Amino acid sequence: MRFRTKGRAVSTTRIKSIIESLLFVSDVPVSLDRLCGILDEYDRDEIRNALAVLREEYGARNGGITLAEVANGYQFRTVEENGEYVRRLVKTRASRFSQSALETLAIVAYRQPITRAEIEYLRGVDSGGVIKTLLEKKLVRILGKKDIPGRPLIYGTTREFLEVFGLKDLKSLPTLREIQELGVDGIHEQQEELPLERADETTKDEKPGLPGDYD
Amino acid sequence: MDYQEKTGVATESGAALSLYNVKLEVFEGPLDLLLYLIKKNELDIYDIPIALITKQYLEYINLMKEMNLDVAGDFLLMASTLIQIKSSMLLPSREDEPAEDDEEDPRAELIRRLIEYSRYKDAALQLNDRSLLGRELFARSFPSPELHFTQTPPVAPEIELFELIEAFRVILAKAPRETFHEVSAETISIAERINEILSLIQERELIAFEELFDNICDREYLVTTFLALLELCKLKVIRVHQQSLHGPIRISPAVKGTDEIPDEGEGGVNNTD
Repeated sequence: MRFRTKGRAVSTTRIKSIIESLLFVSDVPVSLDRLCGILDEYDRDEIRNALAVLREEYGARNGGITLAEVANGYQFRTVEENGEYVRRLVKTRASRFSQSALETLAIVAYRQPITRAEIEYLRGVDSGGVIKTLLEKKLVRILGKKDIPGRPLIYGTTREFLEVFGLKDLKSLPTLREIQELGVDGIHEQQEELPLERADETTKDEKPGLPGDYD
Repeated sequence: MDYQEKTGVATESGAALSLYNVKLEVFEGPLDLLLYLIKKNELDIYDIPIALITKQYLEYINLMKEMNLDVAGDFLLMASTLIQIKSSMLLPSREDEPAEDDEEDPRAELIRRLIEYSRYKDAALQLNDRSLLGRELFARSFPSPELHFTQTPPVAPEIELFELIEAFRVILAKAPRETFHEVSAETISIAERINEILSLIQERELIAFEELFDNICDREYLVTTFLALLELCKLKVIRVHQQSLHGPIRISPAVKGTDEIPDEGEGGVNNTD
């Protein structure tokens, strides 16, 4: 049962249809690689093209569902305007993140791989509890152990983190803002190099350098 | 720590605090508090008047103590850092030529940390401003994949030892406390009782905890029964479980003749022979 079709248009329609079914069924974002693996009768360019057309169609439709690109994959999501109604349906309380959870997440996201001690230095507070919570919520995971005395655990963010925060990948984290933009102003003299910074801070190197080795 | 707590404290304590002329917030940590003080006083973060900041910082800590808020050690640690910076700032000020040499400003590290912290605090706000899955946006099977991992099929949970003991305590309390009439009791050994329970369970598959103690008035016999039960648990021959909190405690063989129990992860090691 192969669907070899001659006309490109026909095959795009077909591929689009298959992708739509796959994404509809999946409860996690499906990567292009995965799609290609499943649709092995078709070549990658065709699939990529069909995906783009499908996304366009959903975009143009102005419906209640969008085809979002998150966590290195594609996923159908409801549109933001309908959030309130969906919440009524599923009767969930809108999940909120505490300030400490957000701070810790931000630090892990931008600075991974990072140890608990480094997180605590940056936050100035004990962060064991909040790290544990984030681990439980699968937003943060243990990447391994750092090769320094004591071999402390190092943490990084998960695929779920990207999903929840609607990020395509870690590179799409917004650039950290400079102190001048933050309202905590000072005289704008030459800023000294920050102790934990890895690279110069004005450029995009701010973004975490981890390639997504997410599973 | 969490948002609710924060607002709760702020409103509840608003009146009492008015004389301090400060709005008490529960700060995430000492750096958060320092940033707040710097903003409030419109200070230059690169040139913090350390004496002023230290004074205000300590006032806040005292305030938090008065409010019975748990002042974490991190706050106290920062207090001592501030005082240390303050004192070391006093030393070079005696010289006519202040700092600027190779000696680093004692505030430098603190300033770096404050700046760094404020950037992550901002990043946290930005994260929170996004449309979040499970909050504004939904996909199939929300709120998040965490549920997949944590939701195990509803198998009756194994019971904790203390709950079991508690259940036994109730039974023991009900047992009549007759003391007279001391006939040399025909005692039953734990081993014998184990065999009795085993055969009962194999016959019935599922029995209630209380049932084991039915029609037993003799306290020693009750205790023997309970010890036998514990022994059987230890040998993993039986499973003791409870459907709901405070629900009836039930006992079943760890390995059933039939395949009725879907999971035998916990108990099904030993043979019942």
